[in-house]
Amino acid sequence: MSGINNFAFKLANVNGTGSASANGLLMQAIFRMGIPVSGKNLFPSNIQGLPTWYEVRVNGEGHTARTPDFDLMVAMNAETYGRDIAEVVPGGYVLYDSTWPLDAQLKRADVTLLGVPFARLCTEHFAESRERILMKNIVYVGTLAALLDIDMATVHQMLEEKFERKPRLKDSNRKAIELGYRYAREHLDCELPFGLKAMDATADKILIDGNTATALGCLYAGATVAAWYPITPATSVMDAFKSLCQRFRRDPVTGKNRYAILQAEDELAAIGMVLGAAWAGARTFTSTAGPGVSLMGELLGLGYYAEVPAVVFDVQRTGPSTGMPTRTQQGDLLACAYASHGDTKHVLLFPCDPEECFYFAVKAFDLAERFQTPVFVLSDLDIGMNDWAVKRLKWDDSYQPDRGKVLSAAELDALKKYYRYWPENEDAVAARSLPGVSSKGAYFARGSGHNKYGGYTELPSEYQEVVDRLARKHRRAARAVPAPVIHRTPGARFGIVSLGGCDGAVREALGLLKQRGFLADYLRVRAFPFDERVEGFLSSHDVNFVVEQNRDGQLRTLLLAETSVEKRRLKSVRVYGGFPLSARDVVEGITAKLAAERQAEREAHQEE
Amino acid sequence: MPSIKKPPVAHPSLQPNTLGLSLRDYEGAMSTLCAGCGHDSVTAALVRTFFELNVAPHMVAKLSGIGCSSKTPTYFLTGAHGFNSAHGRMPALASGAAAANRDLTIVGISGDGDSLSIGLGQLCHALRRNVRMLYLIENNGVYGLTKGQFSASSDVGSRSKKGEKNLQRPIDPVLLGLSLGASFIARGFSGDKQQLVALLKAALSHRGFALVDVLSPCVTFNDHEGSTKSYKHTRAHRLTVVETDFVPPAQEVTAQQEPGTTLSVTLHDGSTVRLSRVPEDYDPRDRSKVFSWLEAHQHRGEIPTGLLFLDEAHGDMHQMASTVERRLHDLPFEELCPGSAALEAFQKDYH
Ligand SMILES: Cc1ncc(C[n+]2csc(CCOP(=O)(O)OP(=O)(O)O)c2C)c(N)n1
Ligand code: SF4
Ligand SMILES: [Mg+2]
Repeated sequence: MSGINNFAFKLANVNGTGSASANGLLMQAIFRMGIPVSGKNLFPSNIQGLPTWYEVRVNGEGHTARTPDFDLMVAMNAETYGRDIAEVVPGGYVLYDSTWPLDAQLKRADVTLLGVPFARLCTEHFAESRERILMKNIVYVGTLAALLDIDMATVHQMLEEKFERKPRLKDSNRKAIELGYRYAREHLDCELPFGLKAMDATADKILIDGNTATALGCLYAGATVAAWYPITPATSVMDAFKSLCQRFRRDPVTGKNRYAILQAEDELAAIGMVLGAAWAGARTFTSTAGPGVSLMGELLGLGYYAEVPAVVFDVQRTGPSTGMPTRTQQGDLLACAYASHGDTKHVLLFPCDPEECFYFAVKAFDLAERFQTPVFVLSDLDIGMNDWAVKRLKWDDSYQPDRGKVLSAAELDALKKYYRYWPENEDAVAARSLPGVSSKGAYFARGSGHNKYGGYTELPSEYQEVVDRLARKHRRAARAVPAPVIHRTPGARFGIVSLGGCDGAVREALGLLKQRGFLADYLRVRAFPFDERVEGFLSSHDVNFVVEQNRDGQLRTLLLAETSVEKRRLKSVRVYGGFPLSARDVVEGITAKLAAERQAEREAHQEE
Repeated sequence: MPSIKKPPVAHPSLQPNTLGLSLRDYEGAMSTLCAGCGHDSVTAALVRTFFELNVAPHMVAKLSGIGCSSKTPTYFLTGAHGFNSAHGRMPALASGAAAANRDLTIVGISGDGDSLSIGLGQLCHALRRNVRMLYLIENNGVYGLTKGQFSASSDVGSRSKKGEKNLQRPIDPVLLGLSLGASFIARGFSGDKQQLVALLKAALSHRGFALVDVLSPCVTFNDHEGSTKSYKHTRAHRLTVVETDFVPPAQEVTAQQEPGTTLSVTLHDGSTVRLSRVPEDYDPRDRSKVFSWLEAHQHRGEIPTGLLFLDEAHGDMHQMASTVERRLHDLPFEELCPGSAALEAFQKDYH
């Protein structure tokens, strides 16, 4: 039931009208009141004029996965009034612009309408036409502050910070907020059955999106060369990396850059640049989305076979093809796991939120250089572009990057002869040498058949010796990647397996299932290759529900292919329409499967 | 059998250079290309160039795509790292390597298929980026390694070995480079080593993207009658636009100035290229003039060679990116990681 610090509202806007900053302001104000909150931006692949929504969920218990049940709709887009009003839960509220009368057909008997003449207020109080449009959003922030009990001191403090250097904008924002607030106080009954009350649950948290956290990870890991081609939803990784570098990577004396960001002509070139820079010794990465990964295919195989460290951030969006560029999905698991032709296998990391985006970014560089291979970090649009409340990021100043085995001039000198792919260490990895160090370390990297000495070969035995080691190397990486996270519940009857951004919804669902008498264990896969604990978990349950956000059950396929678990043990719950997963999706998916199973059992009994 | 005792004359090529290295030290593995392949002559010119320029082999990074031409980095400078990448993708890898380590001398070897078809986009963009490198196209008008298909540099009317006539207009890397704003453009011929060595030396001393198109006949698939990329055709139609002389930094330019016909350009590393016999109506620093001059002459079927265009003013990739004048790949970690206090402070904006 909704109530204090437990409700959700949705803002329906037209994109390109400046609603994003108003909605961000709302979220942040609630967060600063110490209340767990999340915001999901459901935006169109368009610059101006199409419908766009922003969902805010407030939950004192800390459940901040998406919820599809809205107690309040802020309907600012007349074009979508119909479906927006229909989405409100019975007994809920609709806040709309009463400058124009609302079509009688749209009214619902079980929903309370709250009208505020936003457009009229703005026309009366602001002179410029652009300002009138922009400020409409800020006016509703004021109204919501009145309706939901948002702390006005907090809001004003935020405006101070935000417009520190823009006093004119600060004044108009203040004015707009006051307008909306006062109108609500004077004309509306502000006693809603839900609202906000200050808590102390966010003091050790920050509100951050996964792409910014990823960029921070790259900065802290010491990445110096980045190459990319713009694509939603990965673009803000590089935008953030650039602004971080401008702040933290300028030589204090010369003012010159301790980094290079190359905007490539396409993703083929971006990954090519990464391979070239890595081969020459740099910590280097690219950020992209599904279409980019598809284009990178050939060179990812080159990186794998020639053993060049590379870090690829794939911020997944809805495929196939161009798909829905501004909707989320976990659809690239298989494409990344086996990217490129021939026998290739990559290392994948699956962060579940911006906090893990930060730590996994650093980890990805360490793994790539230690194992001399491309490493993918698969986040998604929901993690990457939405603001999440996560634990404050910490940095251990004693951290030293694991650059893997790279021979110095002196070490090369001490060798009788250097061979690129022999001898191998306990990770099944051989020492690298970099250009520009010593002639003794010179070798010829190639994507063509080679033997362990690095020489060209077409001999079956020599070829196989190398690719067999690569398979061994991939298996060894299972011990080095982030371990799965396992929640055990005494008396559990089945297991749930999931990954990445599904985590919040699954954890919430565990509680809801428990209320219904379904006890479940939960394992969150955090990387591929799979740790032996993954297989152990799966085989310890007769039934495991694999919850993921794609049509074909790609995680399930990967688990079946890469563990010896039997097919019958793995059931699939898949949600792939493009919106972030909700606990309801998980609960309904699992209970429906369980009911179907019981039904089948009953029928089997009857036949007997 | 008469025995003649030869006087112990050291072959000039066995004389060490200023690094104490002999010509041999600049060679590579035994070539596996067809006997007589133009590419092998280009390799020989590269060996001599590096030797005479006194380049330390380990400071060179050799990159290539895929093709017979792209195999050649194995055949020179065993002491240098090499990367035989993927078809058409060498420019991106070279850009990345140059970004990571600006001290490397980057040599990219490509073919006309590698550069003008599958890798055309990458060539254009590496050029725009003005990556400091020698970009060498071993141009034979054909796909050698896949056995004789027409390439994008095949001339209209040129016949394949099977007698097929090419009807599509060629992409000429020189005119392409001119129109894209390349800062160094030269064309050589694998059959003229002396000229080629001078061109390569100048290219390696250029601070920026040095595009060198080398006509390098394929004896197996494109050296027949009716081909416009054969040895015979190239010899018959080649026109040396300017004689190119390369003078290293330490040496003085002594040649007499013949007004109108001789031109000296000083490169950023202090070396000089001396261009002589420059035609009256030609100025290798005037992009549009060069373009129309070459177009007119090529229209007549002539094949102009020499250092055709040079612009020393344009900044290279690192200058445009304003990077520190140090190698990025091994900057000390302390200079890269802002540390825990900065992270703490940074997150104030996220609360
Ligand atoms: C993606 C891809 N497509 C096709 C090929 C096959 N292939 C190898 S070399 C080559 C053409 C090479 O021509 P060119 O660059 O002119 O080199 P040459 O052999 O003439 O020196 C082709 C098409 C390949 N290696 N990779
Ligand atoms: S096929 Fe042509 S290009 Fe290839 S090695 Fe033989 S002669 Fe040279
Ligand atoms: Mg060719």
